[in-house]
Amino acid sequence: MSSSAATAPALDALPAVRPDRLPLLLLPALALVALPLMGSFSTWVTLTVAGLAMGMIIFIVASGLTLVFGLMDVLNFGHGVFIALGAFLATSVLGAMADWTASENLLLNLLAVLPAMLVAMAVAGAVGFAFERVIVRPVYGQHLKQIMITMGGLIVGEELIKVIWGPQTIPLPLPAAFRGALLLGDAAVEKYRLIAVVIGLAVFAAMFWVLSRTKVGLLIRAGVQDREMVESLGYRIRKLFVGVFVAGSALAGLGGVMWGLYQQNVTPQMGSQVTVLIFIVIIIGGLGSVGGCFIGALLVGLLANYTGFLAPKVALFSNILLMVLILLWRPQGIYPVANR
Amino acid sequence: MMLSRVLSGDLPRNRLLTAVLIVIVAALALAPFVFPGAKALNVAAKICIFIVLVASFDLLLGYTGIVSFAHTMFFGIGAYGVAIALTRLGPSWAAVGAGIAGALALSFGLSLVIGLFSLRVKAIFYAMITLAVASAFQTLASQLSEITGGEDGLNFKVPEMLSPGFSLAQQPFLGVSLDGKLISYYLLFAITVALFLVMLRIVNSPFGRVLQAIRENAFRAEALGYRTVVYRTSSNVLSAGFATLAGALLALWLRYNGPDTSLSFEIMIDILLMVVIGGMGTMYGAVVGATLFVIAQNYLQDLMKLASGAAAGIPLLPDLVHPDRWLLWLGVLFILSVYRFPAGIVGKLRAGK
Repeated sequence: MSSSAATAPALDALPAVRPDRLPLLLLPALALVALPLMGSFSTWVTLTVAGLAMGMIIFIVASGLTLVFGLMDVLNFGHGVFIALGAFLATSVLGAMADWTASENLLLNLLAVLPAMLVAMAVAGAVGFAFERVIVRPVYGQHLKQIMITMGGLIVGEELIKVIWGPQTIPLPLPAAFRGALLLGDAAVEKYRLIAVVIGLAVFAAMFWVLSRTKVGLLIRAGVQDREMVESLGYRIRKLFVGVFVAGSALAGLGGVMWGLYQQNVTPQMGSQVTVLIFIVIIIGGLGSVGGCFIGALLVGLLANYTGFLAPKVALFSNILLMVLILLWRPQGIYPVANR
Repeated sequence: MMLSRVLSGDLPRNRLLTAVLIVIVAALALAPFVFPGAKALNVAAKICIFIVLVASFDLLLGYTGIVSFAHTMFFGIGAYGVAIALTRLGPSWAAVGAGIAGALALSFGLSLVIGLFSLRVKAIFYAMITLAVASAFQTLASQLSEITGGEDGLNFKVPEMLSPGFSLAQQPFLGVSLDGKLISYYLLFAITVALFLVMLRIVNSPFGRVLQAIRENAFRAEALGYRTVVYRTSSNVLSAGFATLAGALLALWLRYNGPDTSLSFEIMIDILLMVVIGGMGTMYGAVVGATLFVIAQNYLQDLMKLASGAAAGIPLLPDLVHPDRWLLWLGVLFILSVYRFPAGIVGKLRAGK
């Protein structure tokens, strides 16, 4: 990037920043490297779709966390609570609509899942609003306290979920029409994973649109770059931040519904289990970057599925391995955020 | 004067706190005679082990200002070191020594690498990296089942002197039989006291002052000429070493070790709660916090059972005071203490002389 800046001739024009596209190549590269190792093309397709689906779900969950950190320098260790909350709400909503989820009709299934997602997002968003007020607001700018207080939020949240839904594992079966697999040639692709990819792409597209084409998005990106400057221009970054926090919590709720359906059961501890995964993803992405988070999530998803097939024991550590490799290449993550 | 030397000049500095500490130490010292029963002795032993573990975490969190989530990893390494050595080499003191030495070497190596790798950057980054490493280590321990016994863990025999079957004298002394359990307990107690005093010495040494300076203002400490990375890493390595010793004590006491007893994330959260509720950066906070927490863990549930029974019929309330929900209330206490009294119980007592 520095070379492009140096060669820009005109003084009055800002030097064009060449977008950093190198990390984008990581995904096809990983997929291509995996292809000869799989043995058959159909296995590769199955695993790739599965990996992308997993990556999309992780992205939905992690995107809010990375934005909150980038914008306000707040790392929410309690993010997992919203994931678990979303998943548990899904068990209640889908359980209440058992007639619709049991039918083979795809439309009825969607009509059952959609409200579950909306309820999860609404409740998680509302709880996120309260969480920001009560837990996060008093400790802005104090990292040590933030880590501990949000950790405390995680403990209390998990216990409250146990109070409401009980401590046991609750099964969350897929609606009838989502079960089973489609055959694309020889490759079997699970239907639910296709749906997850579609929803994930939709969320990514919506987020990308908001961030790059709207004024709010412009302010968020500017705030991530330089918070004080945006404040000095007269914008209340704190209000923006509350909005992002609520949106991030709502997305975590949505991600929780999808993760729960993906695992087909939910436990109160699922939040803290997924937390490790999403931390790895946002570290890989470069704390604060949405694009980096997207690539990181897909890489984690693909690698987990490939190694799960080739060497199941290695798969348990594939995330850590990936993180170490990426950090050796770019110590600040794929897309480092400027002022951190 | 003498006492002040032993406590490294860092006295409790408050009458009530002094009284509380004396009661705790006296109760622990006389536990087998004053509180009969296996459960009470177990609770006392657990308090001793957690005092060492929590004090070592306080060295890192309270004195140096580093949040690590890999502390149970070192605790587990110590416990597994002793467990594996005693399983493989048979019940002898040499095996205990070998296990502790191996575990310490591994802990030092790991903490040094993690420290040098990630302590250069922000606290938050370190917290996340250690969380990831610790969870990977826990998976590793449960996967290497030929060595670690996997999810089932390891049951092993301890040196004869410490095993419950051993007896020192035929006649019970003051109504307590002088068996291996009693010897184990007093060994544990003596080591706890020694390790605690060593840690108190460390934090009150010039080295400890530098750690506190780094906690208060790392940039300034660096400007004064202290290599903060070196000090932070040393603090990390030291605290890992003490945690490893605490783990070894746990394994010797329980004669069992598995992933859930020493490595789980729940224990990490427990340690965090104990340090913060007791008082960060005070060392004595570790004693108060660990005692309070372990007692709550074992006896609060009985109390809540009564409350739950009394509240029966009122909606939601019985669920909130259900005996299994004790952690909820400690979590609330934790959040309140981070806000209201960041120096914990000890800090509160010292402030209100």
